[in-house]
Amino acid sequence: MNIFSLALIVLVGILFFVLFFHFSNFVLDYYEKKSKSSFTFENSIRVIIFIAPAFIVLFVFIIYPVFETIRLSFFDKVGREFVGWHNYSWAIKDPDFRRGILNNLGWLLIVPTLSTFFGLVIANLADRIWWGTIAKSIIFMPMAISFVGAGVIWKFIYDYRGPGDDQIGLLNAITVALGFEPQAWLTISIWNNLFLMAIMIWIQTGLALVIFSAALRSIPNETLDAARIDGASELKIFWSIIIPYLQQTILVIWTIITILVLKVFDIIYAMTNGQWQTEVLANLMYDWMFRGGGDSGRGSVLAFCIMIGVIPILAWNLYQHRKDQQL
Amino acid sequence: MTKKISFTSILAQILLLLFVVAWIAPTFGLFISSLRDKDVLAISGWWTSFITTEVNEIYRTKGMEVQFEKDGYFFIEDNLFGDKKPKEISSFGITSKDINGYEIKNTATFKDGSEITLSKNGNYSWKSKEAFTKKKGKRIFITALSPPSFTFENYKEVLFKEGLGQAFINTFAVAIPSTLIPLIICSFFAYSLTWMKFFGRDLLLAIVIASLVVPLQMSLIPVLSLYNDFGALFGVSAKSYPGIWMAHTGFGLASTTFLLWNFLKSLPNEMMEAARVDGATHYDTFIKIVVPLSIPAFASIFILQFLWVWNDLLVGLVFLDKNPSEIILTAKLKELLGSRGENWEILTTGAFISMSVPLLIFFSLQRYFIRGLVAGSVKG
Repeated sequence: MNIFSLALIVLVGILFFVLFFHFSNFVLDYYEKKSKSSFTFENSIRVIIFIAPAFIVLFVFIIYPVFETIRLSFFDKVGREFVGWHNYSWAIKDPDFRRGILNNLGWLLIVPTLSTFFGLVIANLADRIWWGTIAKSIIFMPMAISFVGAGVIWKFIYDYRGPGDDQIGLLNAITVALGFEPQAWLTISIWNNLFLMAIMIWIQTGLALVIFSAALRSIPNETLDAARIDGASELKIFWSIIIPYLQQTILVIWTIITILVLKVFDIIYAMTNGQWQTEVLANLMYDWMFRGGGDSGRGSVLAFCIMIGVIPILAWNLYQHRKDQQL
Repeated sequence: MTKKISFTSILAQILLLLFVVAWIAPTFGLFISSLRDKDVLAISGWWTSFITTEVNEIYRTKGMEVQFEKDGYFFIEDNLFGDKKPKEISSFGITSKDINGYEIKNTATFKDGSEITLSKNGNYSWKSKEAFTKKKGKRIFITALSPPSFTFENYKEVLFKEGLGQAFINTFAVAIPSTLIPLIICSFFAYSLTWMKFFGRDLLLAIVIASLVVPLQMSLIPVLSLYNDFGALFGVSAKSYPGIWMAHTGFGLASTTFLLWNFLKSLPNEMMEAARVDGATHYDTFIKIVVPLSIPAFASIFILQFLWVWNDLLVGLVFLDKNPSEIILTAKLKELLGSRGENWEILTTGAFISMSVPLLIFFSLQRYFIRGLVAGSVKG
């Protein structure tokens, strides 16, 4: 498709929504101003105009699918016949599924921890150094890059050439320079997961960094100065003042990265496609959606497993929201 | 200040520098590699590209067709590099066992008694007492100096021959509406959640907050089958641009609404009430007061959603075809990873092209990007 016809569809698509809101409200304004009555009827129409598009989209793309996915997980692969717990018992017995669960747990344990830790350390370092802003900017940059782009970047780093050749991958070049044999890193079972996680940590540290940076500024200087006058070392200040102060922020960042990691798909799909025992739930689910014409039952079970991971966070968010509303 | 503090400060600087180097090196290496000649890229690390290095290469002389006779000898004369970019030769050899046995000025003698001399720029003269009889020339091994050199050739190739140019345009056609449509819909939605009174408002807000964390994967199978049914019913393709716009709108709706709601409720209530008392309708208030005040919030949300859509792979894979007129950059890049896995000149360049727009946005609008992320993290 050429650029002009694409531009035209894009324009029509956007204008459709602009015009919908404009005309419906324009007509309503006309009646509201004319009638001058107590505006109950017009008001309820107005509410509908304001809410309906968003609500329909929310319903079609989030609310209905959540229940439909749960329903489909009890049906066969085309979603017609009820099969009870069959898909779930398949999952428990499936070695790929078990491997996926284990890998996902590994990701959940390591990536949020290290990203948060690095983010916190770098935010602290950068805050007291004159070129800290530039440093933060550089470390934050991977946040803008796609997972696939990051995949290419890191595949290049992990590139492997035979022992006799010049290594063009950075990691193997260092390995060889230190006097070791070059390795095909991505094919070493179990350990290769760590090399994939490194990519996510490389990306998410930036997120932790900027949020911590903002939060650090809220620590009153008097507290820090008082500690320094009392002779506390910088390390002591870090552990005894800064970390307790940032507890809430640490929790928030941890949660954000956890949610992201639960859904991790792109990195693995681009780097190994689940080979060499690197599969995670999201990749298995994608596989089952399309493998052999697709199996919506098994795919739904896998999606639901990812969902289970976020339910505690979901409940916590709602609880917090209710608490805030009552204030 | 005491000495101890300046020591920790130096330590802190070194530590931070290590972090910075570790974080920038991967991207920097990719960028440098995308600018290198594809032949050198495949055989030497990108870190060697800044200094003049020695490279070993093999060329072949011309055969019998070009020989001529002079003073009783037969000659074949030409330039080793032919149409290729010339290099500065430092030494050469005529057997694979001894690839740099001869200095430039020396004469090498083949087994059959013929002699060859080679000059720095690749010109050679091959002399024999008897006429040359072989069509194929001899192999010449050279050691040449390769000074730092960078080129945009890879970009030309990837953009026009590999079809990344079209994918680039397609990605824009996905990303712009997928960012603007949720922004339009959600700003009305967030307004009503903040300033309108109606039955079920709190419940609706709770649903939005719950939807924030629902994984995308929960929606894929049901929405895809809805699309398939819809496509079959109206005889159109299930995979289309409007389809993916709406999917991205759906998946970005909760976070966009939540961010906007968070922002709107911080606006002064009195202002809205004053406008209402003056007889302004909700739509007037929305257009004349709320929208102008929300521009910074819109900017943050626009950037977040645009980057998310631009960088997305999964939604693009599921809701768009893989043919050239619909494929997006990330999907194309993944395809190249599979089919051209060893062609690093294509992969590095392709990756850099796909990153160009996000990086541009990042460096020019970083402040809004950070503001959006921080605002979004307040609740999680």
